[in-house]
Amino acid sequence: MNRVLHFVWFVLLSWPLAAQDPGAEMADVLRSNGKIFTVVAVVGIVLVGLFVYLFFTERRLAKLENRLKNK
Amino acid sequence: MVLKGFWWKILCMALLSYTILAGFLGVVPRRFILNESIRNLYFHVPMWFGMIFLLLASSVASILYLKKGKNRHDRFASQAANTGIVFGILGLVTGMVWAKYTWGSYWSGDPKQNASAIGMLIYLAYFVLRGSLEDPQKKARISAVYNIFAFAMLIPLLFILPRLTDSLHPGNGGNPGFNSYDLDSNMRKVFYPAVVGWTLLGFWITDIRIRISKIEEALDYE
Repeated sequence: MNRVLHFVWFVLLSWPLAAQDPGAEMADVLRSNGKIFTVVAVVGIVLVGLFVYLFFTERRLAKLENRLKNK
Repeated sequence: MVLKGFWWKILCMALLSYTILAGFLGVVPRRFILNESIRNLYFHVPMWFGMIFLLLASSVASILYLKKGKNRHDRFASQAANTGIVFGILGLVTGMVWAKYTWGSYWSGDPKQNASAIGMLIYLAYFVLRGSLEDPQKKARISAVYNIFAFAMLIPLLFILPRLTDSLHPGNGGNPGFNSYDLDSNMRKVFYPAVVGWTLLGFWITDIRIRISKIEEALDYE
């Protein structure tokens, strides 16, 4: 009986410890709300925008190079 | 085709898109102090890698210039150094932001911070030197010699001196939160492509600047 009681006490006392143990704090809520995807979308738009801009800069430069070559 | 030699630029775009997707959504280790900021590894550190590759290419071009005296080597050296320093400044500033939220202040006089700032200043002197010499040949030769010296100085400043003393920065001295990031195979899968992608972006910008300077030169010649 004493042993069972000890066991119950042990479980009850250690329960909060086991339940807590969150490790380091991470953006789990953000992720479960799906909001991290907003960030990914925003940064993705920035990146794609830059790529498009670079692409058009390349085209402009190529035109300039051609003009110079055909002079 | 307008986009001659474009394949590596497409590779750059693909790798950077992957970096954004996997960088934000991928699994990262849970670390106190760092928390989600551990993902900065995909954005802050590649700035420095990009800078080192660009400056290495720049100093190799300077050596080639001294050996062969070809104008194009000098042009490459100066433009690659230019982009390299832009990457370095971005690395320094992103490092300061990261430091604020992990080490407590933007600038804590950490050996790594101080040494990289000195490295930037050495390279800024390279551009001052270039700007101050009129004669194109003299400019190219003297700045090539200085550029080789600058890279030779940068290596001990970034990779040797900070390791000889205590530093908050990972990989140097003691470090609270980051010791085993390089063992994490999940992060490696994003980190290496990120390094290649950002470095290629640096060479892309360098390529555009070289072509602009060629046009400028042709117009000046007329």
